[in-house]
Amino acid sequence: MDFRDSPAEAEFRARLRPWLAANNPGLPSSSTDDEYWARQAEWHTALYDAGFFGLSWPTRYGGHDLPTVFDVILDEELAAAGAPPRPSLGYLVQGISRHGSDAIKDRFLPGLISGQERWCQGFSEPDAGSDLAALRTTGTIDGDEYVINGHKIWTSYSDVADWCFLLARTEPDVAKHKGLSAFAVPMHQPGIEQRPLRMINGITTEFGQVLFDGARVPAQNMIGAPGEGWRVAMTIVSHEREPGELGYVARYAKTVKGLEKTVRADPGAFSTEQRDAVAWAHVQVEMLRRHVCRRLSERLDGVEHGPGGSIDKLLMTWVEQTVGAAALAVSGSRSVLDADDEPLKVYLYSRAQSVMGGTSQIQKNIIATRILKLG
Amino acid sequence: MDTRDTAEQAELRRAARQLARELGPSTVGALDDATRHARLVAAVRDAGWLELRDDTGDGSPLASGVEAAIVADALGASVADAAYTGPLMAADLLRRAGVERADHAVVAFSGALVDAAVVDGARTAEAIYAIDCSAEQPDSAYAIVAEGAEYRLARLRLADTSNGAAPQTDLTRTVRGIAPGAPVDDVPGQRRLLTTDDLAHWSALGLALTSADLVGVMRGILDVTVAYAAERQQYGVAIGSFQAVQHLLAEAWCLMDGSQSIALYASWAVDTLEPDEARAAGRVAKAYCARAARQVCETAIQVHGGIGNTWECIAHVYLRRALLSSHWFGDDGDQLRGLQHERLGAVDGLS
Ligand SMILES: Cc1cc2nc3c(=O)[nH]c(=O)nc-3n(C[C@H](O)[C@H](O)[C@H](O)COP(=O)(O)OP(=O)(O)OC[C@H]3O[C@@H](n4cnc5c(N)ncnc54)[C@H](O)[C@@H]3O)c2cc1C
Repeated sequence: MDFRDSPAEAEFRARLRPWLAANNPGLPSSSTDDEYWARQAEWHTALYDAGFFGLSWPTRYGGHDLPTVFDVILDEELAAAGAPPRPSLGYLVQGISRHGSDAIKDRFLPGLISGQERWCQGFSEPDAGSDLAALRTTGTIDGDEYVINGHKIWTSYSDVADWCFLLARTEPDVAKHKGLSAFAVPMHQPGIEQRPLRMINGITTEFGQVLFDGARVPAQNMIGAPGEGWRVAMTIVSHEREPGELGYVARYAKTVKGLEKTVRADPGAFSTEQRDAVAWAHVQVEMLRRHVCRRLSERLDGVEHGPGGSIDKLLMTWVEQTVGAAALAVSGSRSVLDADDEPLKVYLYSRAQSVMGGTSQIQKNIIATRILKLG
Repeated sequence: MDTRDTAEQAELRRAARQLARELGPSTVGALDDATRHARLVAAVRDAGWLELRDDTGDGSPLASGVEAAIVADALGASVADAAYTGPLMAADLLRRAGVERADHAVVAFSGALVDAAVVDGARTAEAIYAIDCSAEQPDSAYAIVAEGAEYRLARLRLADTSNGAAPQTDLTRTVRGIAPGAPVDDVPGQRRLLTTDDLAHWSALGLALTSADLVGVMRGILDVTVAYAAERQQYGVAIGSFQAVQHLLAEAWCLMDGSQSIALYASWAVDTLEPDEARAAGRVAKAYCARAARQVCETAIQVHGGIGNTWECIAHVYLRRALLSSHWFGDDGDQLRGLQHERLGAVDGLS
């Protein structure tokens, strides 16, 4: 057991550190204003161009073929530098790699990884959230194309996406989990309308709904076989639930650092409760950081992704919401005197973590039935 | 980075868990089984685990904090009623002072149970406590004496001092109260004075081992409780089929898993990082594990219903052990204050 760097890891860290010091774009730690995502795209490109993104993905698609522990090093150094987190799109990469044909992988992975082409994930619908398999968007074959009709909602990044990783019902007459297929649907076409949704912290980009009215997608853009959509979706959500995949540790650490700095500047101005909240947030972030190291190390044994991702998702959610609560505590009355108060926005944004990627209740259902075998 | 057990660590983990499961008290009644207890004590001694922090000869310990924590975790999981962490912590302190260990006397703690007792004078002035005394406890305990900015070891004679028989909260480890007035003797052959760095490293080990014990406690009580939820029927179905019960147990399971990750790191930090960093890692682990263990044990009692509130149910044996492991070397509140001091700056009037 060793948390230390191997020589190769140390060499990587030594290369990364000065680059970060020179290139940190100094973005806020969380999605707290409309500029955030625009700048995050530049950050993606900068990381990629410098050779610090897609570390564990195949070189053939623009990655570096390194073990996943290098992502931990990247996250640690991002956190230490107070730099923004790496873009979290590993779950889409995993979904395409696991289920896509070679042609699909060659066509889509390079653009996704380099950030040249931007993606959103069209799973949820107004009447299909936790019960995702109840989705009603249809994909109907028409020659060598599918025609898409339906309504997707809570679609993050749909405002800027070039592609939608879409889940649609292609076989209406089979059991609800069986009739689904996944597609890479081009977003820029007449049959698609994107409508922004304003989030509770006031952000108007990032979040949206997407209406499909006779949109078209080439049949060759299907990811996986017809009817394989549910399995594709499960691959994606199980990866989406892992903090190691998402790289959020850096984001949380950056927020806590900021809070610590605020308190240190004038320690006497903060109550015991406020100081406790910040210290507890630090404890939570440290836990998640070591937890990610442990999970990624376990993967060296070839431990498969499965219901364990739900444990990680819950832990990550508790961390994010503890950090959000600490931000609100430190802000004190500022949070009600100024709606643009950044800690207030961090707090409000943190509430989504127990909903997105499957709610906390759904994660607990999965842990109880599949890990504890209760039911 | 590779946080997996080495082959030897995995084997130690397996062996320690098996031994603790076989000889630990699996029921409350078994706590009174003197034969079982004696076999467990002998097995822990014969396995060599009480020597893990002894000097190899060059000042380094026989085994790292990781191995020591693997055993602590296994003993916690089976609420094993054999002294382990107490004697090990004494051995570690003796090693740092360059003193050869002669017996398994433990270190005495001040009343808050956070720090080793600091004595001054020919006799102790305050009530102090020897924690996790071994069965073959010699009638003495260690304490420390300030000498400038450093410390030397002292040995207390306990024969004629006792706090009477205060009932034990933790039913699996012995806490001996030492009334004021215990004679303080020199420890012969001390080759080095203990520095504040030594004490920081020593607390790092204490924090790592008590955290590991708490992780074990959580895993042990969850095993018992998940099995109970699958078996106990109400309304004609297992109570584990109720979502309210499932969610309590799922949360507890996550807390245990997160605790394991952070406790592992703290145990690795003990012999690898600088004293302050190692202690900070211990503080973080202890703060997390202490809070988590409390919630997990309370969940276990709730899921057991009425029987969970009886002496006969093993749940309170786990909770009681968790309470002692939490306070020993400082509970979550103590650790948060320590972290604040280090990270947020000192504040007048708040320590
Ligand atoms: C910030 C954010 C970003 C998102 N991004 C995307 C995206 O990019 N793409 C996408 O497809 N989706 C996205 N989502 C959608 C997200 O996956 C869903 O919101 C989520 O799965 C819950 O579905 P729902 O909103 O319909 O809530 P519902 O399913 O209606 O749930 C409402 C409440 O009921 C509870 N509940 C429901 N079923 C059960 C059950 N069986 N047991 C116990 N409790 C239950 C839930 O826990 C919740 O508290 C995003 C959501 C958010 C908040």
